[in-house]
Amino acid sequence: MKIGTMTVKAGLAEMLKGGVIMDVTDAEQARIAEEAGAVAVMALERVPSDIRADGGVARMADPTKIREIQEAVTIPVMAKARIGHLVEAQILESLEVDYVDESEVLTPADEANHINKWNFKVPFVCGAVNLGEALRRISEGAAMIRTKGEAGTGNVVEAVRHMRTITGQMKQLTSMDEDELFKAAKEIGAPIELVRWVAGNGKLPVVNFSAGGLATPADAALMMQLGAEGVFVGSGIFKSEDPAQRGKAIVEATTHYNDPEILAKVSTGLKEAMAGLEIKDIGEENLIQHRGW
Amino acid sequence: MNEADKNPEKPVVGVLSLQGAFREHEQALEKVGARPLKIRRRRQLEEVQALVIPGGDSTTIGKLMVGYHILGAVRHLGEQGMPIFGTCAGLVMLAMDTVDGEQSLLRLMDMRVRRNAFGRQVNSFETDLEMPALGEESFPGVFIRAPWIESAGDRVEVLASHEDHAVAARQGNLLATAFHPELTDDLRLHQLFMEMVTAGSR
Repeated sequence: MKIGTMTVKAGLAEMLKGGVIMDVTDAEQARIAEEAGAVAVMALERVPSDIRADGGVARMADPTKIREIQEAVTIPVMAKARIGHLVEAQILESLEVDYVDESEVLTPADEANHINKWNFKVPFVCGAVNLGEALRRISEGAAMIRTKGEAGTGNVVEAVRHMRTITGQMKQLTSMDEDELFKAAKEIGAPIELVRWVAGNGKLPVVNFSAGGLATPADAALMMQLGAEGVFVGSGIFKSEDPAQRGKAIVEATTHYNDPEILAKVSTGLKEAMAGLEIKDIGEENLIQHRGW
Repeated sequence: MNEADKNPEKPVVGVLSLQGAFREHEQALEKVGARPLKIRRRRQLEEVQALVIPGGDSTTIGKLMVGYHILGAVRHLGEQGMPIFGTCAGLVMLAMDTVDGEQSLLRLMDMRVRRNAFGRQVNSFETDLEMPALGEESFPGVFIRAPWIESAGDRVEVLASHEDHAVAARQGNLLATAFHPELTDDLRLHQLFMEMVTAGSR
């Protein structure tokens, strides 16, 4: 019997496909998320829009909170560790969270290195804005990728940009001959073995979700049509006027992303979405998506 | 023209595609000579001879099946003898009840299951399973936050066990595994299911 193999790590992400992973900060929110049909919850201290508003250093959630959330629901519980903070990840593994998100939403702990994820039996999900970043994370042992988008904005434009970038770059690789792949690997800064795999298969070797700025059922369906295999919704649910109603609508939109009739139905009569932010008003230096190397 | 019309001589097997690892089941079914068809709406069930319920989250899949009136329709088809193969969350869906509480189930197989019985994700594992129904060679068992069969009635034939817990079973037209054959290259369980499908149509 073998535990912590890449098959079971990446396999859990396969089981989450077509689902919605919701950010929650306490047991009550976790129960609402589960009831709305979330396929997993992400435990964190503050949702991204509050992190953005409050400023200061954002860290792993208190273990008390994480345990409380684990006890409240039967769906998988994920939690965030800071980029490069291997001790936060060790703590989360000992709490038996189901996935660790090495996340740019928290303040990075290491400005050069990500966590060596091969050293863990708990699986990791990591953010990426392009194919090179996604493959670097996979080479470090990530078992799932999510495009970063711009967390806490309620604005889907960056999520779209990152998903289109990754799918576009993958398409380019599939049209290259073997000789050209070496140069491509060098240019995107990714290991040649993974570049070759993507060129041969036309997809990432692990599941790829979309995250960062999704606020409506239509946003979720858009990301699915652009190639996401599922979605993370952070501030978009619990910063909206009626989280239970919006959560359920986003779950249905993610399942039925190609069915305009259902999408119209679930988009009808929703209470207010979270207030959104225009990306240019945030300022380039304040963008979370640039964290990660 | 939908996916199911392409090869009229092959049996059409629906794959419940609300959430979870449905793509892997479609690929495995194609390799064993079926025409897979994604099922997301109740009316699509009219086009299929058999159904696969994939792994995913059983709470989520149960809710989505209730919400779109698929649960009752599948239960009815199962009672009438349509072959159904459930893996992991699909095994949970086929059960009469769970040890750990309330959830929407198909209640087709005479068994009680324990969800996440082997623990959380850090305890997920791979192991070789003895499955005499498939021959001498062991089957690669991939267990991900897997359930087990806590108890089963006389009509249920246990096909494999791990550490004294039943993890695969058959009852007439119904087949269930706590593990994920769709994540491996071993097609023997999908082949067994196709034998059930062709036997049922004769």
